[in-house]
Amino acid sequence: MNATQTTQEASVEVIDLRIGLTHSDVDVVDQIDFRIRPGEVLGLVGESGSGKTTVGMALLGHVRSGGEVAGGIIRIDGRDLSSLGEGELRRLRGGVVSYIPQDPGTSLNPALRISTQLEEILEAHATDGAADQRKARVREALEEVALPSDDEFLSHYPHQLSGGQQQRVAIAMAFANRPHVIVCDEPTTGLDVTTQARVLETVRDLCRSHRVAALYVSHDLAVIAELADRVAVMYAGRIIESGTRDQLFAAPAHPYTRRLLRAVPDIAGKRSVVGIPGHAALPGSRPQGCYFHPRCQFAGEDSRTEFPPVADIGDGHQVRCFHVADALRSTPPEGAGQADRHKVGEEVVLAVRDLNAHYGESQILFDVGIDVHHNECVALVGESGSGKTTTARCVAGLHASWTGDIGLHGEPLAPSARQRSGDERREIQYVFQNPYASLNPRATIGQTIARRLKLFDRAGGGDIGARVGECLERVALSASAASRFPDQLSGGERQRVAIARALAAEPAVLVCDEVTSALDVSVQAAIIELLGELRTEMGLSLLFITHDLALIRTIADRVTVITEGRVVESGPCEQIFTSPGADYTRELLANTPSIEVALGQATAPSP
Amino acid sequence: MTQPQTVEQAVDLVPEAPPAPPRLQRFQWLNILRNAARLTRTRIGLGMVGLILVIALFGPLVAPHSPTEFVAAPNHGPTSDAIFGADALGRDVFSRFLHGGLTVLWMSGAATVLGVVLGTAIGLIAAYSRNWLDDVLMRGNDVVLAFPQIIFVLLAVAAIGPKLWLIVVTVGITHAPRVARVIRGAAQQIVVRDFIKAEEVAGERRSRIIMEGLLPNVTSPLLVELGLRMTFSIGLIAAISFLGFGLQPPAADWGLMINENRLSITVMPWGVLLPVLAIAVLTVGTNLVTDGIARAAIRLDRTNE
Repeated sequence: MNATQTTQEASVEVIDLRIGLTHSDVDVVDQIDFRIRPGEVLGLVGESGSGKTTVGMALLGHVRSGGEVAGGIIRIDGRDLSSLGEGELRRLRGGVVSYIPQDPGTSLNPALRISTQLEEILEAHATDGAADQRKARVREALEEVALPSDDEFLSHYPHQLSGGQQQRVAIAMAFANRPHVIVCDEPTTGLDVTTQARVLETVRDLCRSHRVAALYVSHDLAVIAELADRVAVMYAGRIIESGTRDQLFAAPAHPYTRRLLRAVPDIAGKRSVVGIPGHAALPGSRPQGCYFHPRCQFAGEDSRTEFPPVADIGDGHQVRCFHVADALRSTPPEGAGQADRHKVGEEVVLAVRDLNAHYGESQILFDVGIDVHHNECVALVGESGSGKTTTARCVAGLHASWTGDIGLHGEPLAPSARQRSGDERREIQYVFQNPYASLNPRATIGQTIARRLKLFDRAGGGDIGARVGECLERVALSASAASRFPDQLSGGERQRVAIARALAAEPAVLVCDEVTSALDVSVQAAIIELLGELRTEMGLSLLFITHDLALIRTIADRVTVITEGRVVESGPCEQIFTSPGADYTRELLANTPSIEVALGQATAPSP
Repeated sequence: MTQPQTVEQAVDLVPEAPPAPPRLQRFQWLNILRNAARLTRTRIGLGMVGLILVIALFGPLVAPHSPTEFVAAPNHGPTSDAIFGADALGRDVFSRFLHGGLTVLWMSGAATVLGVVLGTAIGLIAAYSRNWLDDVLMRGNDVVLAFPQIIFVLLAVAAIGPKLWLIVVTVGITHAPRVARVIRGAAQQIVVRDFIKAEEVAGERRSRIIMEGLLPNVTSPLLVELGLRMTFSIGLIAAISFLGFGLQPPAADWGLMINENRLSITVMPWGVLLPVLAIAVLTVGTNLVTDGIARAAIRLDRTNE
């Protein structure tokens, strides 16, 4: 990328960086090249295990234990990090280079007041000693991130702040010493969209106004599209494509980038999402040649033998692929079984009326009502704490302290699952958010599913092993997975097993509680595809709980928006997106990051 | 080539998965024991325990004399016939030592198994119930925990008489609350996981949730408790025997031997020294094995996360 002229002014310069595992030839990341100029935001995108966080931490002169920098150069403001001693590195961190962590809840010290934490970081890099000056700087730093700076706020402890406020304190700490470079490691991942939008705005404004070079590490393409000036895409430890934001999102060239973008749901348009089959290769087991070739439809003999070199396809848009031309000519695949292909039945399978739920003394839900028809997918959307999961848990009988009516096929249900009949329990099945916790780690997949078949008397007369195989094949797993334990499967595969376990009961209603929020975007797309297909095949009704509006547009027929335990809006999916009735919905829509909206804003200004 | 690669083509997802290291996952405890056996401390411990086991099991077969036969004058020094001398009554110390190990071993083993089984059951039920039953069980535990174990054993023996089965039962019962506390703590972290909730909503039988959902997931603390309680049992049962409530004279027993010969320790130290050494080697050995198991379990749990 027009190297010679930018070298001088770049705040961050990474040349051919290689980080490997100690005492081995295995690399975690390799051939990493990028530059960031002052005031520029470089978005580093990749799925889990791609090495993006490793690269981000390397800018701070930090490598996780078990790894080491095996080659290449990292220059911050022209200083080579490898030439600095431990003491110099420590002065560099928090001063010249600072860091915004993913989870402020764990990165702030819970035992120290906000003022103490901010003063500490100023003190560590202090050039001016006076304590009252520092106090003034603390207030200034808080005002920059739009937090109150009065004494009362300063005396708070982290637990007294909301997640968004905590993250802003972390941002204030990162910017307090006027850094030249800042590394953001998915700082908005745990936040609600409304909070996320404000935090992103703060980061963007601070980077612009203080001419800070920022590396923004994220798996969320929509966030990157809204924030970054330039983007680099990582796959299996290498940057496979980089360019300006518009180049990358409007004209992606690498087959992986193209498939990845196809997997991202977008609120701006109704379309299906498509997953990427196969697995990302882990360090040590990466294939020969291009790391993406086993999952790539364009791969040729050359891809199998050699990793493609960097090729410039115009204006600094760099791609590492032998078959860019083929990839650019093809149209990405269509998703199966989603969007408008269902016949929604007349019968109301699940009816929730006047649902009021309590946790101890406090009331969580107020008169919530939802209808789910036969073969319909109803999405229940809300931010964290809105009561959406409580609603799902009441329906499934996991949370028993509620009043009102929940009816299945017109028959009222008892509050807790144990009070319901076996058939009622069978007809409502629940898929949990976190596939890493929802499977017994000491039982094989086959044992788990076989038990469920027996419990609900769905085993039939024949061979239970064969029935288990059928259940697994229904969710696109091979029958041989039955002998595996959960920790031998990836997150996406575990979630498929959890779905297979639910479907083994042959339910009428499948309650999906944020089933994709713990998964990578390409895996999420594959799960959404699967749910769409199963719905058509089996005539399932879905109650789909999520915080992700974009996701809803690809799968739901009707949407119910819930906040603070109350339904604020309910209606057909398209209507919610095109003409939302409630202010709250409008706000949610406005704050949800979107690639298409971001690009539209970037290219729209008419001449 | 531009065919959409949809779910059907992804059917073989699993065979492509990164090959997992082969593990005997079905039996986590075997796994832990195998890894523990690779540690030096475990091997030393096993050697010590093994030595004592051999002495206790095969000693009676090779003993030169009967444990009750008078071979020399009281407190006579070592001779070619009695290599460790004679005890306070003139019986062969070595023969009594070889005969005297079996009782303490089987009693400790039985008390340990009883205590761990009982304690695990209480701990799992308490952790799973999370209601008044949990409170009742754990407060009941606290009452037992408030007294030293030996007080309970002495009380029982004073009331009913010096019966071996009574000692085993009381030692076992007083182990139980200690085991229950540890197992409950471990199980509480499992109970809140979603896979237990998944069984709940499906209406799975409670006993099955406890046996198949909870028990296999607390293997590590269970094994550690087993070793730890064994160490305590040996010390406790030897002490009770020393106090004269175990095997009754003239039978041979290590704890009893220490008691019988302690007055003449300055004249004839072997009568005390041999059983003391054996008990020390046994407890240090079981403790080393337990420590090895604990370390192996922690490592395995970490890599499994």
